[in-house]
Amino acid sequence: MMIDPLSVFLLLISASTPILFAALGELVAERAGVLNLGVEGMMITGALAGFAAAYATGNPFLGFLVAALAGAVISMLFAGLTQLFLANQVASGLALTLFGLGLAAMFGKPFEGVKAPPMPTGPLRINWIVWLGLIMVPLIWAFLNRSRAGLILRGVGENHEAAHALGYNVRLTRTAAIAFGGAMAGVGGAYISIATVLQWTEGMTAGAGWIALAIVVFSKWTAPGVLAGAWLFGGVTVLQLRLQAAGVAVPVQLLSMAPYLATILVLVIISARQKYSRRAGGGSPGSLGTNFHALR
Amino acid sequence: MQRRTLLATASALIMALAAPALAQDEPLKVGFIYVGPVGDGGWTYQHDLGRQAIEAEYGDRVETTFIESVPEGADAERALTQLALAGNDIIFATSFGFMDPVMNVAAKFPDVKFEHATGYKRSDNVATYDARFYEGRAVIGTIAGRMTESDIIGYIGSFPIPEVIQGINSSFIHARKVNPDVQMRVVWAYSWFDPAKEAEAASALLAEGVDVILQHTDSTAPLAQAQQAGAIGFGQASDMAAFKPSPRVASIIDEWSPYYIKRVGAMLDGTWESGASWAGIGDGEVVIGEITDAVPAEVKAEAEALRDAIGAGEYHPFTGPLNKADGSVWLAEGETASDDDLQSMNFYVEGITAQIPQ
Repeated sequence: MMIDPLSVFLLLISASTPILFAALGELVAERAGVLNLGVEGMMITGALAGFAAAYATGNPFLGFLVAALAGAVISMLFAGLTQLFLANQVASGLALTLFGLGLAAMFGKPFEGVKAPPMPTGPLRINWIVWLGLIMVPLIWAFLNRSRAGLILRGVGENHEAAHALGYNVRLTRTAAIAFGGAMAGVGGAYISIATVLQWTEGMTAGAGWIALAIVVFSKWTAPGVLAGAWLFGGVTVLQLRLQAAGVAVPVQLLSMAPYLATILVLVIISARQKYSRRAGGGSPGSLGTNFHALR
Repeated sequence: MQRRTLLATASALIMALAAPALAQDEPLKVGFIYVGPVGDGGWTYQHDLGRQAIEAEYGDRVETTFIESVPEGADAERALTQLALAGNDIIFATSFGFMDPVMNVAAKFPDVKFEHATGYKRSDNVATYDARFYEGRAVIGTIAGRMTESDIIGYIGSFPIPEVIQGINSSFIHARKVNPDVQMRVVWAYSWFDPAKEAEAASALLAEGVDVILQHTDSTAPLAQAQQAGAIGFGQASDMAAFKPSPRVASIIDEWSPYYIKRVGAMLDGTWESGASWAGIGDGEVVIGEITDAVPAEVKAEAEALRDAIGAGEYHPFTGPLNKADGSVWLAEGETASDDDLQSMNFYVEGITAQIPQ
């Protein structure tokens, strides 16, 4: 049984879009030294806000815009806790996830059972948001590696004391990175409600935010790595479902395990190669997850 | 130690509060635990409509409470104990995975009645109830067989358990009855509710040439995918009316209200007894949602005739001659499947080429 590789590829780039957006946003936040475990909460907030806006206005693109705003707004809770009150980032992130899920469930009641407007498709019968996600990869890479602002952001993430000593505003930089991460997660969540399911249901992101977090680690904190991770995970998922649908006689349990096995395998290979690499800590930003308090 | 003290204090407090409540002529207290959120638009949503129907029917004579999103396993035992300590007289546990927790808690509270959905373990104070979803599958399978142009229909399975396999077999048998060329493709999502995964499963089926999708998972994602590809599908668990008239051309609705009203009524009269209920179309527990105009009138009439025949008990969806997928004889001419056979079903019928994950 032959499976057309092009059709698998087209499916996988659509399927990996929500985690690609969320992981790219989290990448920028983590490069600024912020570990935000609230991705799932920001995604579900975006899923609801985007759906509500798309439903009310009949314009799916406006929905994505509102989703980005909503994601950024709710991420400010996390920013306030960790940047202003210096609360623990892990705990604050988990709180944001729980809060986002609950908040969306509460405000989502009036939107249950209604349907979003249809999403127009772009080139290759793939919708514009998928294309936007793909364009974001080189943009974020260029921002981080080829721009002055990106250099400052990475500096803040690698060593906040040094960045502060050089006169950069660590908290402001981090707050901006958190807001960007929130906006991207919001768009990723809205992709599920507006483009994939076309309806709002509680808990509809179903753990996508956690996969996005894992992919950032997998990427070794680079934008092309995030794309590779999202495609690998999405690709193996799509491929195993295609094999099932084609009736290929491979045990289904093996196929269902495949995305996770592939992810673990790649992580093992990466960490084995790590021994010979110059950077310690698996390439994670030096100040990741630690709060900054200016003593001097 | 601290937690133990807290639990002991809390339960003592609840007991103290509950004791005088029981002494007076208070309303019957009815508790529910749900596996998902009440807003899932599917399985749990339908159970909660049943709970609301109890309140509407009996008014002040009953008082209902529920705990939603209870994980299957040990945490369910905590939730059930909490409901029992709070003085509930009857507790409904609405997911298969609550089975052992229900048995454990029921043994500790012999005066509280328990009802467990889709399970098979019973005792003096534990009854079970289920719905014959396969009857509904026969009706939508007929529509699927008539409507497919590619002669390939797809089924998104959740978990390979008897309930789902009954559904696959029942829809395939009836699709093939009206269309001898029809083939079935099965994809397992290994989830009851995961919109992204369900959407991918649907796209995989559509890419294989499937043009009618049947789903045993609870989100509308497969319908959304079907719509984009110009295919059709069916509402699952609830009506999914937002996708009318197409791609949602019909639906199978779980209607628990009559059962809940009956059982709570029995509690009020003091006639409640343990037992096993497995009701279907005839009892109004499995309802076929409106068949839309996207389906030709003669197909609609055929499907409705089948529905009515099943409802009246004139026709059983598993009537021989039927062979198993390996070619061995399952049911002889005119023989119908026993309930025991159905409740342990772990094979496909002849004509389905896929393998069941073992």
